[in-house]
Amino acid sequence: MNLAALLQYLVSGLTVGATYGLTALGFTIIFNTTGLINFAQGEFVMLGGMFAVSFAHLGLPVGLAVVLAALATTVVGAVMERLTIRPVAGAPAINLVIITIGVSILIRGLAMLAWGKDTFALPAFSGEVPLLFLGAAMQPQSLWVLALTLSLLAGLRFFFSHTMYGKGMLACSFDRRAAYLVGISVERMVLLSFMIAALVGATGGAILAPLTMTAYDVGILLGLKGFAACILGGLGNPFGAAAGGLILGVLESLGAGYLSSAYKNAFTFIILLLFLFVRPTGLFGRSSGERV
Amino acid sequence: MLVVTNLDVFYGRIHAVRRASLHVGKGEIVALIGGNGAGKTTILSTVSGLIRPREGSLTFDGHDLGRTRPEKVVRLGLSHVPEGRRIFKPMSVGDNLLLGAFHRAKFGRRALLDQDLDAVYALFPKLAERRAQAAGTLSGGEQQMLAIGRALMARPRMLLLDEPGMGLAPNIMSEIFRHIRALRDEMALTVLLVEQNAKQALRIADRGYVLETGRIILQGPAEELTENRDVQRAYLGREQDGQA
Ligand SMILES: Nc1ncnc2c1ncn2[C@@H]1O[C@H](COP(=O)(O)OP(=O)(O)O)[C@@H](O)[C@H]1O
Ligand SMILES: [Mg+2]
Repeated sequence: MNLAALLQYLVSGLTVGATYGLTALGFTIIFNTTGLINFAQGEFVMLGGMFAVSFAHLGLPVGLAVVLAALATTVVGAVMERLTIRPVAGAPAINLVIITIGVSILIRGLAMLAWGKDTFALPAFSGEVPLLFLGAAMQPQSLWVLALTLSLLAGLRFFFSHTMYGKGMLACSFDRRAAYLVGISVERMVLLSFMIAALVGATGGAILAPLTMTAYDVGILLGLKGFAACILGGLGNPFGAAAGGLILGVLESLGAGYLSSAYKNAFTFIILLLFLFVRPTGLFGRSSGERV
Repeated sequence: MLVVTNLDVFYGRIHAVRRASLHVGKGEIVALIGGNGAGKTTILSTVSGLIRPREGSLTFDGHDLGRTRPEKVVRLGLSHVPEGRRIFKPMSVGDNLLLGAFHRAKFGRRALLDQDLDAVYALFPKLAERRAQAAGTLSGGEQQMLAIGRALMARPRMLLLDEPGMGLAPNIMSEIFRHIRALRDEMALTVLLVEQNAKQALRIADRGYVLETGRIILQGPAEELTENRDVQRAYLGREQDGQA
């Protein structure tokens, strides 16, 4: 086996996997506070990339464009929760899930109207001269993606384990009724979870855009990949889901490299189905019985 | 302090509470007893804002609770320790307690909360020993202490306790009831205590109400209820069979 090639596959797998992981993180954060699968999560990822392209196009430095794109998408997440989820709070979960599907179609449609069907590229953060490492060529952007993803994960970890709001959000996921009774505004936590999910998803989309290009419809596939990563890592466990994304990215990249790239997406869905059948709680999931 | 008047509560078409009226005066321990499904939990949940009443009024210290959201009720000084404890099992004992003070957490207030944490640990030394442990690993009695401690962290003036003795061994149950008594005697808390175990509840209560299929059928001083024939037959006798 050729070490350089293996390394190459690993790096590109981890890079794409980071975005799957951030998408997956968004799924689990909303799932934990609401019990819902938010099918618009992939659209947050798409919006991150597309907003960043637009801001960069206005002449802003790419770093600033990415930050603004993430913030703009956070606002979209908040608006989505206020306009489409909160007014029907208490409705059966299936209705809410269907609403999120409707929202995803709406966002994609609006994105198509706004940006057209073209594919866009975002400039890389620090050039495109590959770095050579043990014979493998690495895009500097890959390092950015991994470093930013890890910092975001560390930030969230801190939020959930050291701040009152973070603990409050966790509390909602463990026992919603008890969360109300200790004085937590569960509605506000749900809003916050949509905002965080949008923020991390958009960041994932924006930092990956320089490597993969982006278009109005990339959210569909990225959303599905993120969902598969969640199932792989465990739906109730944000950091498991993020790890699931990295693992999925690497598996996909190895599969494409050593077997056939034509079946790259098929690998994902075979893994997804296998896990749904064999181990629905995922690699790192707590048993679903604990969710209330 | 708490006044409930002609309360009607429905779950869909199930009429769970029927024109129930009760009041709890400042510094009292009032027991609400009744069998399984009588509507005790429903009354407490309506008071704490989890369920909306169809009819009737609820006031706490003059505040109308009928439309008040649960997180606001806590802020008014009324804390509900729910049936089955409902602690946050995967989280540490310390975090569970801290979450009890959720609405009091502001920048620079940490020292105040730490003081309150210490006060709860002083009250329940067993919790102090296990502060870093996941709450789900505690014994039933310790979980109940944690649930009460978590409610105390909100600095309430009144506690609603829903079957604090449920599922506990008799000696542990007595310990919990001693604590409840001490909360009133030493911390001047007002308590509305829901129990199926009428004997224990009436022993520490000043007054009591008996609830049957959603209606309050009897009320009076605790000793009087303990002596009452019907109460003895329906709620006190069963204990001897170990079923209550
Ligand atoms: N969430 C619910 N949905 C429908 N019916 C309920 C619900 N909760 C309680 N009930 C019904 O309301 C009645 C009173 O229940 P509850 O207040 O829990 O009684 P208790 O606490 O005295 O055991 C029971 O008949 C119960 O079946
Ligand atoms: Mg009950």
